[in-house]
Amino acid sequence: MNSEKTTKLILFFASLIVIFILFGMVFSLIDGAVPIFKKFGFGFLFSSKWNPTEGHEAYGALPFIIGTLVTSIIALLICFPLAFSTSLFIGEYYKGTKLAKLVGTLVDMLAGIPSIVYGLWGFYVLRPIIIDLGFNDQGYGIFTSGLILAIMIVPYSTSISTEIISMVSKDLKEAAYSLGATRKDVILNVIIPNASSGIFTSYILAFGRALGETMAVTMLIGNANKIPVSIFDTGNTMASVIANQFGEADGLKLSALIAIALLLFLISGIVNGIGKIVIKKVY
Amino acid sequence: MSRKNNMLKQKKINARILKDKIFSGVIFLFSFITISPIIFIIINLISKGYKQINLSFFTETTPDTYEAMVAVSNNKIIPGGILNGITGSFLMVSLASIMAIPIGILIGIYLYENSSKRYANIVRDITDILQGVPSIVLGLISYFWVVKNITNGFSALAGSTALAIMMLPLIIRSTEETFKMIPGTIKEAAIALGVPYHKIIFRVLIPTGFSGLLTGILLAISRIIGETAPLMLTALGSMKVSFNIEKPISAVPLLIWEFYNDPNMVNLIWASSLFLMIFVLTLNLLSKYIVQRSI
Repeated sequence: MNSEKTTKLILFFASLIVIFILFGMVFSLIDGAVPIFKKFGFGFLFSSKWNPTEGHEAYGALPFIIGTLVTSIIALLICFPLAFSTSLFIGEYYKGTKLAKLVGTLVDMLAGIPSIVYGLWGFYVLRPIIIDLGFNDQGYGIFTSGLILAIMIVPYSTSISTEIISMVSKDLKEAAYSLGATRKDVILNVIIPNASSGIFTSYILAFGRALGETMAVTMLIGNANKIPVSIFDTGNTMASVIANQFGEADGLKLSALIAIALLLFLISGIVNGIGKIVIKKVY
Repeated sequence: MSRKNNMLKQKKINARILKDKIFSGVIFLFSFITISPIIFIIINLISKGYKQINLSFFTETTPDTYEAMVAVSNNKIIPGGILNGITGSFLMVSLASIMAIPIGILIGIYLYENSSKRYANIVRDITDILQGVPSIVLGLISYFWVVKNITNGFSALAGSTALAIMMLPLIIRSTEETFKMIPGTIKEAAIALGVPYHKIIFRVLIPTGFSGLLTGILLAISRIIGETAPLMLTALGSMKVSFNIEKPISAVPLLIWEFYNDPNMVNLIWASSLFLMIFVLTLNLLSKYIVQRSI
């Protein structure tokens, strides 16, 4: 056996590790979720009951699925104008200048702040503002969580959009300028059509990030196991219910939380997958 | 007649210029809104946290609630510090690095060497999927694998396993990207000299791509060091300084979570968050500096 082959074999075996981890993960999640699906069937996905009292146990994932989707969509809606403007600022208006670099660094720093620090900041700074504005009494809720999520995902969509926007060819832009187009015309009619799928992907990936965020949301959403009736109502997301209820969970409740984790894994996997496919098709 | 036409044209042009200016104004305004949170967060953490940062903050363990309450009611700073968190974070991040970095680099090299093979593409896709898994799910997985089966209780090992799974895809991708940038001629020269393959890896690829690898490692560490959710499910937290990987352990983000839940400890929240943020941002800036220097 020569060393050449040994090296290649070692590398190959190393690559098996990621496959092992992923399949082991899926297996463990499915294995842990089996009891709850045996008991409630797929009704688990559509039920909104959450009652851990022994003898009356009933679990449903619907409030958390809705909570996750609604918070993430709110985050995406708030994130969109911010990230879009910032990426134009860095990638078009001040492309290559020191100012763009500074703004880019500041936005990157947003990505570096730990989730729990966002949670604290949201709790002590954002929540009082929400209360003062009179949206709701406690300041907790779907909207507050969506707002903090928006700040958290802005750097992800900004960095991808910026890259795509600054890649739009100079010739195209100059041709438009020579026809008398203003900068606004160039952005709306040249840059956006050329960069649209990349920009779209950047939001898909940001959305995927928002789905799985745990700590900041747990601290701000109010942790109510019910379907929220308005965006200022309290609720729970899939990630936050796991973080909240895990400590006292065993038996069927633990199984319910694992099933929620499995769902979260699938949903964020699908969203990220769509993003990756779109970006691969384009580039 | 033509004068009137000209005036009309001029008006139209002015309107277009005005629209353009409004558009730019909106873009600038939104960009400013985007960067304002980071400035607010930094100012907030510094102004509220600096009071608690002193020598004992780094050399003592967390006080109990009663001590903190007495200090707060006497208007003094809370005694004690976050040493148990710092050592715990250090231990878990080191363990996670030991698990994830060598394997990650090996897999990265595999992907780089077999970049067009179908199997390599599958491995790459799986790496991407792993990278997208929410951290709380990783915590749950580590709970099943390590807490329930290996250490039979919450443990540092379980925490670092969750962190290692988080770190692995980041290391794999950064390794592959780094090696892709190394000119092929350098490797070919080594092959032409008859250097065996494992020596090419250790003597050519890794030294040449060292700064890239280091950047990837620093960024990965900065990503995992602030993680709280997976540690809540695995490491649990502890009030003592511990280096036993089979026992529960604390970490800086876990301590922040504990302080947040304890009204007496509120003052410690800001100092710990400030410390954590400075650490993470320093790692980030350091990695940026390394990239710039190596180009």
